[in-house]
Amino acid sequence: MFSLWQRVNALATFSILLLAALSCAASFLDAFNSPSVRAHAEVIKVNRFRKQLTGNDEVSLTLNISMDLQSLFTWNTKQVFVFLTAEYETSKNSVNQISLWDHIVPDKDNANFRVRVPTKYPLIDQGNNLRGKKIDLVLHWHVMPKTGRMIRDKMALSEFYLPDAYT
Amino acid sequence: MIVTSALIIWKGLMCVTGSESPVVVVLSGSMEPGFKRGDILFLHMSKDPIRAGEIVVFHVDGREIPIVHRVIKVHERQDTGEVDILTKGDNNFGDDRLLYAHGQLWLQRHHIMGRAVGFLPYVGWVTIIMTEKPIIKYLLIGALGLLVITSKE
Repeated sequence: MFSLWQRVNALATFSILLLAALSCAASFLDAFNSPSVRAHAEVIKVNRFRKQLTGNDEVSLTLNISMDLQSLFTWNTKQVFVFLTAEYETSKNSVNQISLWDHIVPDKDNANFRVRVPTKYPLIDQGNNLRGKKIDLVLHWHVMPKTGRMIRDKMALSEFYLPDAYT
Repeated sequence: MIVTSALIIWKGLMCVTGSESPVVVVLSGSMEPGFKRGDILFLHMSKDPIRAGEIVVFHVDGREIPIVHRVIKVHERQDTGEVDILTKGDNNFGDDRLLYAHGQLWLQRHHIMGRAVGFLPYVGWVTIIMTEKPIIKYLLIGALGLLVITSKE
């Protein structure tokens, strides 16, 4: 009555639609997760603060960072990418966001930790506006799912004032 | 049935996401373990300002292949609102300055094709196989053509 091709076609279409529906459902359920992240970051030491030959200010810091990201993980979470930015404003630029440190958290067990680290990426300004500047330290996280929609959020942690003179 | 549904979904996505090419296939391992080769990314481009942490797809002047990396530095001008952006692959040691055109230090908004907002694993392998082994593409088209001809009953 029905040819082999018709059966294969119907089966394949149905399976693909089912897979798609399951992926959407998995991602949709993620929206119901209401996470509560706790974190703390502070600058322990200014390792280097100087003006480069190009005329741009450059800062290198040592940070103490602790966080609890366990509530971000659902069964549809593959990893959480977390990073700390220094955010500040100058007369030239309304927004400056520089990532200082980042880390990949592969699962819930590794999501509650504390580290003392030097900044991975140097804080370099476009210009030499950093002396005495107020910097906001903001923790950002990016929940990357096994399938579906990615979720990004952030939390301001603390403020820090750079020294008035180069070191 | 499958082919026409796929076409409808593709065109529908183009309308919904408002971008020229709403889906890209991940071609390299520079964003592992988050994105692996063969995964598909859904893109969306809105007028919202580009901020650190977003995963963007961009073209380097003179290169065809789009690159999918994360924004790690943003400088936005007070007066014009233009941005300078620096990107880096999660799995790479250094930032993308080596990938940019000679002498280029930053990306601007016009380089960015879209933001990655969603993700499907493995599905992109079909595209990779068809690009790297074109004979499979010809076989598939030939087989589909044959089916269209023979199923006229």
